[in-house]
Order: sequence, then C-alpha cells, then structure tokens
Amino acid sequence: MGISSVKKDYLYRLAKEGKRPDGRAFNEYRPIKIERGVINMAEGSAKVSIGHTTVLAGIKMDIGEPYPDTPEEGAMSTAVELIPLASPDFESGPPRADAIELSRVVDRGIRESKFIQLEKLCIEPGEKVWIVFIDIHVLDYDGNLFDACSLAASAALMNAKIPNERFEMGEDVPMPLSDPPVSCTFVKYNGAIVVDPSLDEDEAAEARHTIAVDKKGDIRAMQKGLSGSFTVEEIKNNINNARIISKDIRKILEG
Amino acid sequence: MELIKDGKRIDGRAPDELRPIKIEAGPLYRADGSCYLEWGGNKIMAAVYGPKEAIPRHIQDSTKAVINARYNMASFSVEDRKRPGPDRRSQEISKITAEALENVILTEMFPRAVIDVNIEVLDADAGTRCAGITAAAVALADAGIPMRDIPVACAAGKVDGVVVLDLLGDEDKKGDADLPVAIAPRSEEILLLQMDGHMTVEEFDEALELALKGCREISKLQKEALLKKYKTFEEE
Repeated sequence: MGISSVKKDYLYRLAKEGKRPDGRAFNEYRPIKIERGVINMAEGSAKVSIGHTTVLAGIKMDIGEPYPDTPEEGAMSTAVELIPLASPDFESGPPRADAIELSRVVDRGIRESKFIQLEKLCIEPGEKVWIVFIDIHVLDYDGNLFDACSLAASAALMNAKIPNERFEMGEDVPMPLSDPPVSCTFVKYNGAIVVDPSLDEDEAAEARHTIAVDKKGDIRAMQKGLSGSFTVEEIKNNINNARIISKDIRKILEG
Repeated sequence: MELIKDGKRIDGRAPDELRPIKIEAGPLYRADGSCYLEWGGNKIMAAVYGPKEAIPRHIQDSTKAVINARYNMASFSVEDRKRPGPDRRSQEISKITAEALENVILTEMFPRAVIDVNIEVLDADAGTRCAGITAAAVALADAGIPMRDIPVACAAGKVDGVVVLDLLGDEDKKGDADLPVAIAPRSEEILLLQMDGHMTVEEFDEALELALKGCREISKLQKEALLKKYKTFEEE
C-alpha cells in the first residue's frame, strides 16, 4: 500500500533532528525474543520477534539425490512465505519478487557462511543425501523481515535434529553446524541511515543494505536493495556498525 | 495397533474427553483481530482483516460483505514436508469454513466489503479444520465483527468400534470414522458437517451428541479467552 506523504514528512522531519518515530537512536535495535522448539512436527523450529515483527521458521528434512556438481554434499532450500495473515498488504498466491529476494538473501547468509555442514549430510555419494528445507512463515509484519527471517532460520537450524529414526536409519542426531551468520539491515531515507527498520521506516526507505557477518566479524553475504543509493562511505559505515551490533544479536542467538 | 485399551485411548483419554485446549485472543499486532489456539498437538494462528473495500470490484456484493477465508498449512506442520501453497484439500476447507462463518456474521451491515479470515496451521495433529474455525471465530470477535453468535467446531469419530470425541492423529489415520461439526452454540444449528468412514445411524447419533458436547465445552473456553483480553482493558 505504501506510506502516506504525511507520515513520510513526519519521518523526514524527525530524521533531520536525529530521531526515529519510536524514539530509538539510529543505531539502536529493537528487543529480540527467540523461542525454540515450538513446532512438534518440524525437525527444528524457532519463533523470533524483533519488536512487533514475528516470524516462525521450521526445518523439515528429506532424502533425495545430490546436485550433480556436489555429489558428496547435502542440499538446502530456503523459502519465506509472506502470508496474508501477517499484513493487510500481503496477498495469497505464488511468491512475488519481494518474497523471492528475501528468501534468497536469507539463504545466501546461511550458505556462504557454511553454517550447515552440507558435506556431513551425504548418505551415499552421488546417490542419497539429506535435503534441508528451511521454511519461514511471517506471522506479524512490523518491519525488518530480512533480519527476522535470517535469525529465525539460524535459531531453527540450531534446534534441529536429523530425523534418522523416521527414516529407519538409527537414532536422531543434531544437525551438523558451524557458527551462524548474523544479519544486520540498514535503511536510508532523507539522508538518514537507521538499523532494524520499523514498518514505517521500511515503507519510507529509499535504499536498503543487509550484511551477514560471521563470528570473526568477516562479511559473508550482502544485499543492497531498492532504487535509492548509498555512498561508498555509507556502505563502509554500515559494515562497521553491523560488526558491532551483530555481536549482541549473536549472544542472544547462541544463548 | 490397539487404539483403545481398558476403556482408555492412546493418550490416556476417556472416549468422551477432549484434548487440552489453550486459546489466546489478540496475539498479533498488525491484524484487526487474531487468535492463537493450541489444541492437543495442533497449533493454529488466525487473523482477521476488515471489513474493507472488496478489491477487485467484481467480487463485491452490493447487498452484503464477502467472507474470504483462507486455510493454509505451513510446510513444516506435517510429518512429510508439504509444498507451500493451496492444494485441493485446503481449498475445500477454506470454502466450507467461509460458508460456516458467513452464517453468523451480520454481512448485510457491510455491502461491497470483504472480511479476510486467515487461518494458518503451524503444527498439525488431526482436527485442524475444527481448530481453525474455532480460532477464526475468536479472531472475528476480537476484530469486533458483528456476529449473531460465536461459532465453535469439534469432531467426533469412531475408533476400534467405539464412538469417541476429538480424534488425534493416529486415531484419525487408523480409526473407522471422523465427523467434524461446527455449530452456532446458542441455537446449536449446524454450520458445518462432514463425515468419512463407516458408522451406523445409531453410532452417528451418538457421535453427533458427543461432538455437540465438545463444542459446548470449547465455546466456554473461547468466551473466557475473549473476556481475559477485554477484562484487562477494562481494569486499565
């Protein structure tokens, strides 16, 4: 639906004074809440809230054929569903470009940080491997789905067990994982750059920058979105801020 | 596998006993009305948006509001991952859910409008359509949609030849019959009724009576959940 021009003016005016509509500082994240193991039928699950935004990630696993170029590795697939339950602006039907971009950015953070040890998900080289399905349901959309979905995916994977029992292959074992990526998203409107955009800020945003940082503070994936632009200096600043902010988020995720 | 042993069912319930049910009114921030429901192994989130202008216009009814219900199962809500998106089963359930809800909503108050009712099954263990309608009814009330009653649904069925209330997953899969029922509790009119399996007419009478008994119990829980939310408002 987009943002009204009155609201946009209001956000612009606040930004000039260094303020945000919910009173946060530009570099301040909203409170994060993680509940793990909330879905019985899933191999792993997590419900994550960032402020009023709530998403639910569930992990399912199945046995399938590996990709021809990685015959000794398991496979993963990430899908975010922007269901109409979560916002009056989401419509039912096949995923649109924004849901696909969101899924792919979440996927890239996990894949490029090698969070899932796919080489340990091989059952018979070239024949049988585990396929990990990461499905993310948005339940309440109040901004910053990129970070919420990424955090939920990581927390759900950390909660997941390989369902060996169900496939009569012995006992269930934990998902083989390394360190999780942590995603940090910034948006820019009227010259201001803020972290963890609320809904109004998401809708006013001219440009978006998502950075997935690993435990060492190195960059594992990035995405610049929307039609606005950042200067080189701004991009570098965002990365520096992401490295600092992601440390606190990581504590919550690993805690 | 024995589904009934010494008069007890696989989860220890008596034949006429419901699974534990927990209802929360209004957990969602964005929706006009919402409900989170846990019913045995089922976890359901329902959200209502509207009444709002029906778009595109050709779906408008100039005499009343259109009820647009969408029942959807999360990919991870079942044992073998479900492909996202509506299949024939969920489309059928969406249709009969919308029809059951339309019966109690005062739709003539909102010509040309649509009321969206979204039901998401997050975790499934049999009886999700009944749980979905029960949750949707609370979400509608939470959204302040005028209704002549708050609908409620519950299933009865037959396992190992015994008529039982509120089947769980294994009873549904291996049992003899399933009878989901939704009612408007004040008049006990039937808003939804489906049946599959095999029952004698006498067994059906018994099962329907059990389902009504279940509905009456759940109806109380729905009202308690709504009172819980709005009573706190009053006290504040």
